[in-house]
Formats: sequence, C-alpha cells, structure tokens
Amino acid sequence: MDIEELFKVVKARFTDDSHGTADKNEIRDVEIPQDLLFKCPRCSNVFYNEEFVNNKKVCPKCNYHARLTWQERLEMTADEGSFIPFDENLHSLNPIGFPRYEEKVHKCAADCNTNEAIVTGECTIRGYRCVIGIMDSHFMMASMGSVVGEKITRAFEYATEKKLPVIMFTASGGARMQEGIVSLMQMAKTSGAVKLHSDAGGLYIAVMTDPTTGGVTASFASLGDITIAEPKVLIGFAGRRVIEDTIRQRLPDDFQSAEFQQDCGFVDMIVERGMMRKRLSNILKLHGFPKERGSKPVKNEE
Amino acid sequence: MNNLSAWERMEIVHNKNRPTVNDYIPAIFTRFMEFHGDRLFGDDAAIIGGIGFLSDVPVTVLAQVKGKTLDENRRTNFSMPHPEGYRKALRLARQAEKFRRPVICLVDTPGAYCGIEAEKRGQGEAIAKNLAEFMTLKTPVISVVLGEGGSGGALALAVCDELAMLSNATYSVISPRGAASILWKDGSKEKEASELLKITAEDLSRFGVCDKIIQEPDGGAQTNPEQTADSIYEYLVDAVARLKTVPTDKLTENRYKKFRKIGMFTE
Ligand SMILES: [Zn+2]
Repeated sequence: MDIEELFKVVKARFTDDSHGTADKNEIRDVEIPQDLLFKCPRCSNVFYNEEFVNNKKVCPKCNYHARLTWQERLEMTADEGSFIPFDENLHSLNPIGFPRYEEKVHKCAADCNTNEAIVTGECTIRGYRCVIGIMDSHFMMASMGSVVGEKITRAFEYATEKKLPVIMFTASGGARMQEGIVSLMQMAKTSGAVKLHSDAGGLYIAVMTDPTTGGVTASFASLGDITIAEPKVLIGFAGRRVIEDTIRQRLPDDFQSAEFQQDCGFVDMIVERGMMRKRLSNILKLHGFPKERGSKPVKNEE
Repeated sequence: MNNLSAWERMEIVHNKNRPTVNDYIPAIFTRFMEFHGDRLFGDDAAIIGGIGFLSDVPVTVLAQVKGKTLDENRRTNFSMPHPEGYRKALRLARQAEKFRRPVICLVDTPGAYCGIEAEKRGQGEAIAKNLAEFMTLKTPVISVVLGEGGSGGALALAVCDELAMLSNATYSVISPRGAASILWKDGSKEKEASELLKITAEDLSRFGVCDKIIQEPDGGAQTNPEQTADSIYEYLVDAVARLKTVPTDKLTENRYKKFRKIGMFTE
C-alpha cells in the first residue's frame, strides 16, 4: 500500500461521523495499520503514531482530542488502583430479533474487553471519591441499548443512595437502532435517574468527548450540573449528513464542535485532557466532598 | 384485532385525510384556548399548547401539529418541532403542575427538526430537559400517539403515566427510511425496515411502552374522524379519572418505574 492509500484509509476511519442513530462497525473491519501514522481528522496533518500517543492522543498541531478506549480514559482519569467496576455481567438480549445482533455485540465485547459500550464504577480522582462512567466509541459507536441504559441508571441510583457525585465521559452515536423502541426508552430511563440524583442534591459532571451525538446528547449527556467538553470534539443532536440533506447546503467545518457548542451556550468549559483530573478534583473539592487519604496519583502526573 | 402490517399502517397514517390535532382538539376538549411561546426565544407552531376542559376537568394540552395542506405544513414545519417548541411544552407542563391540571400530550411527529438553527438553540438539550422534568412532574401526564411517533422528537412529549396509541399509529427509534439507508444504504427499502423495527401498537404493548391501544374504525381514522375522536375522548376521561386518584408521590414513583423496567438483558 503506498503512502497516499494509507492516508485515505486512516482518513476514512476518522471521518466516519454518521451520527443520529447509526453505528458504523463496518468501518472498523477495514484493515488499518494503526500503529504507524495518525492523520488528524480536523487539520489533516500527519504524525507518527508514537508522538500522537505520547501526547495523550491529542493532535500536536490543532489540539483535537481524539477518541480513547475506556482503558486509556480510566488510566488517565482515576487514581491508580482505585477503580471498582459495576455491572460487568450484564449482557444484551435481542429485543426485536435483529439479524446477527448478539454476534455483533459479542465481537465488540471481545475486541473492547468489556461487556458493553459503557464502563461504570466507583473510583477516586486525586483522592476525591465519585461514581464514574466511561463510554467507549469503539464498541458499536457507543450506541445506547438496554445494557448501556441499565448501567447508567444503576450508576446514578447507586450514587444517589451513597450521596456520591457522578462523572460521565460521554461519547455516542445515539440510540442503538438494533434494539428498536427499547433503545429509545433508555433515554427516558437514564434522564429519570439523573433527575432523581439531582433532586436528592447530587452533583453530576458531564464530560463530553468525541463524538457526543443523537439520543445521548438528547438525554443524560445534556443534563449535567456542570458540562465540560474536550477541545475540538463533536457535540450535536442530528448528524451532519442528515442536516446537510435536509437543508441542501454544506455546513461550516466548526459546526457542532465543542467550541461552537460553548458559543451557543451549552458547554460550561472546555478542558484539555492534561488538565482534566485537576479540574474534576477541584470541582469536587468546591462542592465540599472530602479528600480521602492514601490515594495514589496516575502515572506521569506532575 | 388489527392484522395490518407495519407498512400498511404507515400508509394509513400518511393518508392525506387522516385527522390531525386540529380536528381532534375541538372534538375532544371544550373552551380550549391556545397559549403561545417559550418565554426564551419564540413560538413554535409545530407544537400547540393550551388549556381546556376534558369533560368537566381542566387540562393542559400539548399537541404536535401536522398540516393537511402544503401551506399548513410550511407553517407547522411538517410537525417537526424546534427546541422552542419543546421548551414551550415544558413551560406549560410546569404551569399545569402549579394549577394541578393533568397534562394531555398528543404525539404526531416524524421527529425533532434537524437543522442549523435547531442545533444552535440546543435541540438535544431541549429534549433531554423534557425527559428529566416530565419524569417528576407532580401532575398526571397522559400521552396519545395519533400517527407517527418519531424517535426523541416524540419521546419529549411521551414521558408519561400512561401511553396510548391509535391502532394504526407507529412509534420508532428511527424512521424506517433512515434505518434502511443505514442498514442497506438504500432508503427505498423502508418497507422491509418497517417490519424489522417492530413499531406497531401491538409491538409496543409487548415491550411495555404502550399501555392502551385505541381502536380506529376499519380502514383508518380518516373513515370516521368523529368516532375516532370519541374513542380518544373516552379513553382520556377514564385515564384522567383513574390517575387523579393516585397520590402525587405514588404517581411519579410509578412513572419512574414504568420506564425503569424497560430493557432486555441477562445478568
Ligand atoms: Zn489536528
């Protein structure tokens, strides 16, 4: 494969941003030599993957904060060894008898080393205890079906009972079409759980990461007391192509970026990956939560 | 018993003579008056809000408006609300809570509008806020899907104590056309997708989403709009009477449980 071909494949992978209700697993099936080069989907500059990874998967040129696996996110967020996972044994059934749905979920579960598109649990961040949720877009575009909805709901219910704050790292293509109406109802279910947590005085910080779209934007992701976004990530309700088809014109490049959403009034602050732990722990401190003793920092932290 | 396929029902729902909320509201409610605006941005004609009597009970009505003519549809944006429509609905729902009026939502939308302005004004946030706030609204909420229940745009008026559907109405996470274009890269296979997605009133009853199917006359509501309106009226009078006797705490607890239990997984 010549170098131009290689770029095309990498670009195809990263410009996959069909949102709304879709997930786009087929793109993942394309053979990509991921360990060599990174081409930024925002600025199109190319870097050695090593440089990109050492930079916490942030584009060195334009500061686009690229997608992480749940393991990567957890490692750079939680204090070392503090994470206790919840609900690792929930497995989706196939409510509408969608062809080969179980197969698809099993494959993603094996590839991503988790039962579903969100990992939830309890951890400390610089010594502050919280309930945490991390969505992984590598798992069926982190679309929300029964298990994702149930894990989020249980996480909020647990936090309500234990009077803990919740931090959700959101990323999703939206509701999981393969589960039909049952997936739509997860929007109501999770939003209800957030509301009960909020009514009980609970603090909820939503951290929007790439891409936060569709039914997740239209439910728990938009209900934080405080909404943080990573730089340059995509946040929106409708997919770009759907809007372009509706209005028959091309949208500006920065449409639905974190910065655009902040200008529109929907994001409290944009926080760089390297500063995220500090910001989160400061918010928890400002809300009067106690710092626990003996918590270990993450690797390579100042 | 309705033996029509999802596709046949969609054809009935898209019949140009199918009654809309403009037919149903005067037939079901008396002394109805419309209230305008979300107090934040503007007034969205895709959602009508107002108060009126259901029999002798004052209620708040929130209704998505399909037009029958192109002009009507231009005005109501083909019943695809913008954020200010959902925010108007929430404002009036809170007003209903204050004055202890039951809320009646009439759902009939292809979906929330997808456009630049809708995004700029926070379509996602507006829907999310409705889902959360309706969940704990301290007054009965009853939703009736009249024709199309299009995804989050419908759900934003369907977090309720009871959901009824007209017998030919559909309610889906994605339009069959949208699903077909994702699944098979071919929107024209929407007929296949409509069967696959399980979107009929009977399907939704099995999933615990739909609590009551309101029978339409043979051939669909357009063959006898008065009879259809009467059936909706009878259902609503009964449901409001039942729900008004439930203590508020129990009402919101039951509402949460209704949605809380939807999901299919093993553990
Ligand atoms: Zn870049």
